[in-house]
Amino acid sequence: MNSKPNTLKNAPDEKGHFGPYGGRYVAETLMPLILSVEKAWNAAKNDPKFWAEFDDLAKNYIGRPSPLYFAAETTKHLKGAKIYFKRDELNHTGAHKINHCIGQGLLARRMGKTRIIAETGAGQHGVATATVCALFKIPCTIFMGAKDIERQAPNVFRMKLLGAEVRPCTSGSASLKDAMNEALRDWVSNVHDTFYLIGTVAGPHPYPAMVRDFQSIIGKELREQMQEREGRLPDSLVACIGGGSNAMGLFHPFLDDTDVKLIGVEAGGYGVDTDQHAASLAGGKPGILHGMKSYFLQNNDGQIQEAHSISAGLDYPGIGPEHSWLFDQKRVEYVSVTDAEALDAFQLCSKLEGIIPALEPSHAFAHVCKIAGKLPKDHILVMNMCGRGDKDIFTVAEKLGVKL
Amino acid sequence: MSRIAQTFAALKRPALITFITAGDPDAARSLEVLKSLPAAGADIIELGMPFTDPMADGPVIQAAGLRALKTGADMQQTLKMVQQFRAGNSTTPIVLMGYANPILQYGNEKFCADSAKAGVDGLIIVDLPPEESEELEAAAKKNGLDFIRLLTPTTKDDRIPTVVKNASGFLYYVSVTGITGAAKANPESIRPHIDQIRKHTKLPIAIGFGIKTPEDVKALAKIGDAVVVGSAIVNTIAGNQNAKDLQTIVSKQVSGLSGGLVG
Repeated sequence: MNSKPNTLKNAPDEKGHFGPYGGRYVAETLMPLILSVEKAWNAAKNDPKFWAEFDDLAKNYIGRPSPLYFAAETTKHLKGAKIYFKRDELNHTGAHKINHCIGQGLLARRMGKTRIIAETGAGQHGVATATVCALFKIPCTIFMGAKDIERQAPNVFRMKLLGAEVRPCTSGSASLKDAMNEALRDWVSNVHDTFYLIGTVAGPHPYPAMVRDFQSIIGKELREQMQEREGRLPDSLVACIGGGSNAMGLFHPFLDDTDVKLIGVEAGGYGVDTDQHAASLAGGKPGILHGMKSYFLQNNDGQIQEAHSISAGLDYPGIGPEHSWLFDQKRVEYVSVTDAEALDAFQLCSKLEGIIPALEPSHAFAHVCKIAGKLPKDHILVMNMCGRGDKDIFTVAEKLGVKL
Repeated sequence: MSRIAQTFAALKRPALITFITAGDPDAARSLEVLKSLPAAGADIIELGMPFTDPMADGPVIQAAGLRALKTGADMQQTLKMVQQFRAGNSTTPIVLMGYANPILQYGNEKFCADSAKAGVDGLIIVDLPPEESEELEAAAKKNGLDFIRLLTPTTKDDRIPTVVKNASGFLYYVSVTGITGAAKANPESIRPHIDQIRKHTKLPIAIGFGIKTPEDVKALAKIGDAVVVGSAIVNTIAGNQNAKDLQTIVSKQVSGLSGGLVG
């Protein structure tokens, strides 16, 4: 008798655990609320009406499906694998974040919540949240590290134009992790009316699974598009990872297709052998923060270390729990790319393809540049172009010594 | 009988629980403050284990943790501090309060064994709800440490049994839906909830969060079996961190707070 095939797609279990990771490590004040979000999400995800509304907005508001683009110039340049970009940078608001913001916004509305809070690093999730809140007429407050406010000024202005309140966080390293701490503190203080719209596949259950489910639209579209274009599955998928939402959305529909190689690219900062990077899997160990058990950058005493990346969106000392599990399971290969490599890739992609990538997918592109030349010409590699680089031109100009 | 149970049994009035962060502003002075607390009127002491990312704490206790970490605090230092306190005091219970990660890195088993050896009586771990605490709870029990659970205004009636099950020592009622150092709760608004909780447990109930003055203490002592003051004391430490007589200043404040319980 054949046993049931193993699947990696059924995680998490009912308590939100991906193997030993995930869970609900929150203060008791939040626990009943977390349980009610879970209950509401379980009902919504089985409600065709919920998905009909999501699909309609995905198509007509976000502009999905995002194109699958054959990057002929990159392919020619790298002289190896056939390279495609999944063009999520063409989404409304310029990144994949809008996918889960629409989804969570719909859930918040369904739950009758009258206020939304969110944390943001690069500002992409903040802009996407502010956008959805403008659309749904729900007041919102975005928590953002003071350091990030400085390096992502255009996105701060966008959020304000959309009607959001942007609250600077000055504690700790004044970046993404501290913004998340502040958002959690706000949530504890405003449980009765507030929905926390988390920006990645992190936080307490059900967020990692819920955000993944919304982002899985990327991988599901890709399966269909690839079938249409090449009549088969791709050989490799490459995505950058901060918390890991675009990667999880791309990978999840392919987890059980063991012939499809999955590669996650962490932010290596000045190098994973230094103390200035954001590669939680390469340089961290399992710990507990922000409501979940997962890999975190930390010292021996369990104090969380500050992450560093040229990309504000990857500047987080942790990673979503499902990635930690897939790392242990060795289903996904996790690598890292330094600031300098990402900066080169940013410029190369702009010139080769006429696409200015965000610094986040520039990490993925840098890794594609490293491996594509060694792969055969019939190897199909898809990279998630998860965000566009307009927001990063100031950071890049400064690094290149150009005065704007 | 545990030291915590003995303390509650011996007191003829509600208990005063004071919170300070271990190692704030530095190891030596934190120990001096700790040693001075029982004489000033603290019946039980909560000792905060510093953590970089205390998500349930307001700015005052966040800053205390960072001050301590900056001067080299870590778990070993915290446990050593308890041991040094215990050398001169065998009656006042010490409860370690903090977050799960530093404990996880120390090792749940080893942490509980070393805590018990140092003279710790109980644990309050903010980000370990009953759903996630099985492992540490077992290690605590094995080493004779009380596992103190938090209840909040959001803990509805049907959830109370889940929370009080396996709790020991006392229960900690977070009187406001907020972070430490927030505005205080209206005593009358929380009374019905406390009454409801008592239907499920015989454990003493301590009330904390937002309690700053002797008047606050007096008002909440009418409802709880103990009252916790944290941020107000930590704030005094912050404001007098360079004062030569830091422990005297703190003692004076604690005496005042404890005055709210007698009389």
